[in-house]
This record gives sequence, structure tokens and C-alpha cells, in this order.
Amino acid sequence: MDFHSKSMRLNTLRRSVMNHLITALSILATLLVIAPLVAILVYLIYKGASSLNLAFFTHIPAPVGEPGGGMANSIVGSGIVLGLSSLMGVPIGIAAGVYLAEFGRGTLLANAVRFTADVLNGVPSIVMGIAIYSLVVMQQKHFSALAGGIALAIMMVPTITRTTEEMLATVPHAIREAALGLGVPKWRTAISVSLRTASPGIITGCMLAFARVAGETAPLLFTAFGNQFWSFKLNEPIAALPLQIFVYAISPYDEWHRLAWAGALVLIVLIMVSVTLVRIVANRGVLKGAS
Amino acid sequence: MGVGIQVENLNAWYGSTHTLHDINLHIPANHATALIGPSGCGKSTFVRCLNRMHETNPIARATGVIKMGDLDIYKDASPVEIRRRVGMVFQRPNPFPTMSIYDNVASGLKLNGFRNRRILDETVERSLKQAALWEEVKDDLKKKSGASLSGGQQQRMCIARALAVDPEVLLMDEPASALDPVSTSKIEDLIFQLKSQYTIVIVTHNMQQAARVAENTGFFLNGKMVEFDSTHKIFTNPSDKRTEDYITGRFG
Repeated sequence: MDFHSKSMRLNTLRRSVMNHLITALSILATLLVIAPLVAILVYLIYKGASSLNLAFFTHIPAPVGEPGGGMANSIVGSGIVLGLSSLMGVPIGIAAGVYLAEFGRGTLLANAVRFTADVLNGVPSIVMGIAIYSLVVMQQKHFSALAGGIALAIMMVPTITRTTEEMLATVPHAIREAALGLGVPKWRTAISVSLRTASPGIITGCMLAFARVAGETAPLLFTAFGNQFWSFKLNEPIAALPLQIFVYAISPYDEWHRLAWAGALVLIVLIMVSVTLVRIVANRGVLKGAS
Repeated sequence: MGVGIQVENLNAWYGSTHTLHDINLHIPANHATALIGPSGCGKSTFVRCLNRMHETNPIARATGVIKMGDLDIYKDASPVEIRRRVGMVFQRPNPFPTMSIYDNVASGLKLNGFRNRRILDETVERSLKQAALWEEVKDDLKKKSGASLSGGQQQRMCIARALAVDPEVLLMDEPASALDPVSTSKIEDLIFQLKSQYTIVIVTHNMQQAARVAENTGFFLNGKMVEFDSTHKIFTNPSDKRTEDYITGRFG
């Protein structure tokens, strides 16, 4: 065959054009994915950075009309509520995922849990807030950080459960057999071998769930409620960044609008920092050549 | 030290498929026994019955008696205990990818709650030396993942991992079928050395391999054991026509 015939060269040319076209399209798609995040960040910095000062991180909100004030109590409050929700949601979510993938395969209960998780994932966050309001707040007779934590935890669970299950499903069966064949009990194999092998993906799932609820406002409206003052008690209303941003953003005062922008900037930066930190910590101790 | 295995009327099923029919056989202690036969003849199912791995598949079941020495493995002990005494090496190397070489070898002990550092260190070194891998990995024990080794090294690491829990029996399910000739010959040398201390059962597709490493050979066909005899007899003067047809390459 003559590799230098005209049609051959044309074919080569077409392949090369196609190659570049597809590459260009994928790069374009990637840029389109990154663009909104960059746009939001840039806009937030533009609107909010000028209102950021030390007081923002150390002071509680100032009364209307008084200048200054900050969101220190909201930052700490968000930390407390998110800490609570992670403490509850992460273990429950992971444990349920382990059950689905390792123990309950094909059972009626597993199917019910999987279905529930999927439906729960689709429940609007405001509905979650109202549900926890009637289940927890009405029983306790007051708003509380705990109620906020529970609402966010329930929102985290389905994502974590389903990611855990899917990540465990990617662990090769041969690895489980290796452990079972050494006389390692099944529960220990599930935790120390399967879960550990799947941990990078599971951590990603937890971080996604965390980042999603960190910015939730609706479920906190009827649960954590918000607080203009310091509060560290779990059974009292507590401030949270999204709530404070919401209150400031719908207010008629320009000063508060500027603080709301600053709060939004701080919220998004804090989420990015915590996700990155967890990733760095989780990647420590990964061995050379580990797949 | 190894222990002999007596198998009586073993039958096994996957769902409604009857995969093993009335297997009777004595596997002598401290010898290598090879199991040969075409794909799907039940040899893998058979070895998986010997350490009760068969029953990890929810649709699988087995009946009959298997005795290790005096111990009836289906009556007198839990599957977990049996698997500690009967080590297994699988067809494809299956290192734990997140663990270092050291942790891979120590995993059988560590995952069963054993924590004594000095004994762990000694066991890892002994097992890696037994598996003829020590010299190649001793400098990277804790630095490199078990998955970073070559295929042949991984398989020897898996053998070391099985030896580290100090089993009496070592089951090998086509341990060299995924390896190159050099690695294969290293594994065969190993089997040769290990059989003085362990009872070894090796499933193989490779008849030359059976002839090289095993004193006794069993020929499986369609879930039945057609013939069991000394390797020499099986390969030079088999009593059954089907064995002769198989080893002369007329089928399979």
C-alpha cells in the first residue's frame, strides 16, 4: 500500500484536525466549569474584600446605625453547627454505606435504605428545616445549635452513604478475599481493608456533603435560628454565617449589605480552606506506588 | 509442621449447579499435591472448600467431611480459625494497595489484633526470606506500597503474607498463571523448598509445573476426581483413559 497517496494524507489531516477539535472542546468545557467559581470569587472579592478588617473576625454585629461590628459569633457558630453535623452525619453515613456495600447486598433492608437515601437527597432543605423544627425544636421548646446540627447532619447522610457504597463497590473482590483468606473476620475486613482502600473517594464524598451543607440557610432558619450575640451552648439559638448573611442581605441598610458581601466571601473561603486541609491531611502517609 | 487432609464424599454447589461430585482423597502432610484438569472442572472450587472460602459466596454450599489431622473443619471450628491454619495464594497477586510491603506481610497478624513490634518485625523478615523476596525489598519495607512491586514480586509477597500467619497447609490456586517464566520458576523453586514444612495443594493448568513440583497429582474432570496417584504414575502410566487423553493433549 502506498502510505503517501493523496487520500492517505487527507485521512491523516482529518484525524489531526479532529484530534485538535476534540481537545479544544474539552478544554472549553473545563473552562466553562471553572468560570462560574472564578466569577463568583472575583465578584465577592470585589464587593466584600473592602469591608473585611480585623473587627469583622473579632466583633459581634453592631446595632443598626452604629458603624463597625463583625461576624465573629457567626463564624464560630457555623463552626459549632457544622462540627456537630459532621460528628453525627459522617459516622452514620459511612456506617450505612458500609452496610449497603459489604453486608446487606440484595437484602430488603438494603434496598429500603438505598431508596430512602435517594429520596432524602431530593428533599428540599426548607422542608428539612420544618421537619426538624417540629421534631426537635417543638419538643425542646426552643431553637438550638443542636437542632441546627441535626438538620444539617440529616442532609449530609444520603450523600455520604451513597458515595461510600459506590466507592466500596470499586474495591476489587480479590482484595477482600485476600483478607478473608488470612483468617481476618468479615467485619474487620470491611473496616480495615475495604473501607481503607476506598477511603480517598469516601473522604471526597464527605467533603462534598460538608461543603454543600456549610452554605445552607433554609434548614437553619427554624432550628439554629441565629443569634446577634455570642453563644457557645448547644441548647441555645446560635449564629451561623449563612443566616447572618441572609439577615444582612435583606436589610435596607447599605452598611449591612457590604457586611453581607464580606460574610459571603469569608464563607466561601472557609469552605475552600477546610476542604483543602482535609485533603492534605488525608493524603499524608500515602505510600509510593499506592494505587 | 504440615498436616494431612482427608476428604470424604465432598459435594459442592453454586446455586443449583452441582460443581463437585463425591470427592474422596487423602492429601499427605508435608508434600506438594497438584490438581490438574481443564477449565471449569472444579479444581478451584475444591481448594476453596479446603479453607472454607467456598462459603463466602452466598449462593455456594458444600456437604461432606474434610479432616485436617483430627479436626473436622466444617464441624469443629469456625471458618475464620480454619483460614488461619490453611493459607491461600490466589491466581492473581492481590496485595492490599494502601498498605506498605511490611504491612501487607504483617496484615494477617495485625488485622487479628497482634501488636508486638518485635515479633511482627521478626515474622515479616522470616516470611519474606521464606518467599525469597527479602533481599529485593528489605530497604523499602515501609516506604513502598505493596502494589508498587512487579507482578512476580507481588505474588511472592502474597506468599509471604500467607506464611506469616504460620499456617499448616498452603493452598495455591494457579499461583503462577499470571506471571512471566522467570517469576514462575522462582515460585516453583519456592514450592519445592516450602513443602518440607507445609502441606501444599497447588492447582495448575500447566502440566509440566505439576510434574516439576508435586509428588502426587489429582486429575479433575467435570466436577469429579478421575484419578489420584503419584505424579510419576499419572504422567507416565495413568490408569484412566480420560487422564491419558488429557495429559497427551487430546482435549482440554
